[in-house]
Amino acid sequence: MSFELETARHPETLRRVAIDPVSRVEGHGKVTILLDDDNKVHQVRLHIVEFRGFERFIQGRPYWEVPVMVQRLCGICPVSHHLAASKALDMMLGVTLTPTAEAIRRLMHYGQILQSHALHFFHLASPDLLFGFGSDPARRNIVGVIAAAPETAKKGVFLRKYGQEIIRMTAGKRVHGTGSVPGGVNKSLAVEERDLLLKDIYQMIAWSREAVHIIRGLFENNLAEYNAFGRFRSHSMSLVRADGAMDLYHGGLRARQADGTLLFDHFDYGRYWDVISEDVKPWSYMKFPFLKILGADDGWYRVGPLARIVNCDFIPTPLADRERQEFIAFDNGSATGATLGYHWARMIEMLHAAEAIKDLLHDDNLLGKELMATGTRQERGVGVIEAPRGTLIHHYRVNENDEVERANLIVSTTHNNQAMNEAIRRVAVQYLDGQEITEGLLNHIEVAIRAFDPCLSCATHALGKMPLEVELIDAAGKVADSKSRNR
Amino acid sequence: MSATVLIFGWGNPSRGDDALGPLFVERIEALALPGVECLTDFQLQVEHALDLEGRQRILFVDASVAAETPFTVTRIGPQKDASFTSHAMSPESVLQVYRDLQHDDPPPAWLLAIRGEKFELGEPVSAKAAVNLAAAVAWARAWLA
Repeated sequence: MSFELETARHPETLRRVAIDPVSRVEGHGKVTILLDDDNKVHQVRLHIVEFRGFERFIQGRPYWEVPVMVQRLCGICPVSHHLAASKALDMMLGVTLTPTAEAIRRLMHYGQILQSHALHFFHLASPDLLFGFGSDPARRNIVGVIAAAPETAKKGVFLRKYGQEIIRMTAGKRVHGTGSVPGGVNKSLAVEERDLLLKDIYQMIAWSREAVHIIRGLFENNLAEYNAFGRFRSHSMSLVRADGAMDLYHGGLRARQADGTLLFDHFDYGRYWDVISEDVKPWSYMKFPFLKILGADDGWYRVGPLARIVNCDFIPTPLADRERQEFIAFDNGSATGATLGYHWARMIEMLHAAEAIKDLLHDDNLLGKELMATGTRQERGVGVIEAPRGTLIHHYRVNENDEVERANLIVSTTHNNQAMNEAIRRVAVQYLDGQEITEGLLNHIEVAIRAFDPCLSCATHALGKMPLEVELIDAAGKVADSKSRNR
Repeated sequence: MSATVLIFGWGNPSRGDDALGPLFVERIEALALPGVECLTDFQLQVEHALDLEGRQRILFVDASVAAETPFTVTRIGPQKDASFTSHAMSPESVLQVYRDLQHDDPPPAWLLAIRGEKFELGEPVSAKAAVNLAAAVAWARAWLA
């Protein structure tokens, strides 16, 4: 499964096509397509200007501050960092959570999954899917969706708002929440808060189910194009529950080969470094994780919704599991290997999140008063959670002064690094011919990247900082063609 | 019942001058002005269109590398522009979402863009940006009076 084009025989003859930055994904990225003299694609690299100062930002801080401050690493999934850090520090404290703390954290997490997946599908993906990949970029946005399909878009807004309300109630605030702390939580739900959420949850389930059917319908109507788009085979990794069920909050690590056989199962994530290692490449700041058992060349893998749906044995909520079975069976399993299958899998997960929220709202542990637990302090702690975009690992070592001495984070975008490169390469091979950077080509590449929805640089933006520039550079480094548009 | 004036500042408090929006909100909130509600977030998103309902005036506040020093104030309206990202929206786009959701024009809105210089993770607000922030707060006190 290595990149056969990673090393061209005559790199001096290659031409570079640079797309910088990738639009509609956070931060700045650049895609470099190396062409040969026949203008055929020889190599593709997604350069991510990822900020590598995460660990430095955390080191030296008192451990109890960490779950709050790590939220500032990512403006789009702060709750995932909040919970992964809390879980790592639970382990460091030797704590087993009280039933109330676990229920509150699960509710917070599934609220985050719901709102993040709703944003992704209705805001980011649906413009591409509803209008087509080559359509006018000015129309291909959420406002365009609202104009074309007003009811669908409104449901997306209200699904997201509902998820945000869950986060506000469980985390204490709608941003910069403090609800999850090492050893437990600092608040449970009041009866009136639970009742308020219960009032709308059945509507959220119904809308989530509709969203699954929208993407399924799109697959059915565009089967050949969707199946072929950026298609590749890969291994997959995710957490699963002890009985093999999907569990986005907690479980053991499972990795499955592209042919479906298991590489490892229920592996204790407290020693994740025994099964995952990280490779470094000279052209990218971002590391390339791989499964040790297969080695750096063949051990790269996918994480996130598609990997989780393929990896689990079942989903422990009935409507989502029925949709999972139909997804797996669809066209003899073709969607499970399709890059656009991420969108379908994501909506199945959104439905699961809505159902899981309903189940939690009927669990009286949410209203309990035992919020914190104590245990025997350890030196290290590892927390792993299935964030909206995939497996998120936080690992801390805390010294005798209660300060974080060492931190290591592997975010889902890093896990997916090589898989994203592969998806883009497939798309480039499919759609690039000659030296012209067409609008259609740009968007096809962006569509492939958006399927993974990477966080390229977390939580910063300022007015006027997100232009899109496109450059075609020849083998001598000369700009042969360039384009730019503002996003 | 919503407060008649909404101040909405956004940005990451731990990314240098990206904190200007949240810091502005903090300063105005401390004034405890009647009829003024302050909200903040990391980024603008679609659901923020719902926060605009029932307001008489809205002031969006963000750090900007394009604004003049110390700040720029612009009257803005709904706009179907191409500035959308997965993780952030322009204030004009949020106003447009409001219009499309409510089938009505949004309340009058302004954008206060405070000039920022440095946006590194873990860095404090720069000295220049702090001066710009003070000037923006002084302007806003008059705007809110």
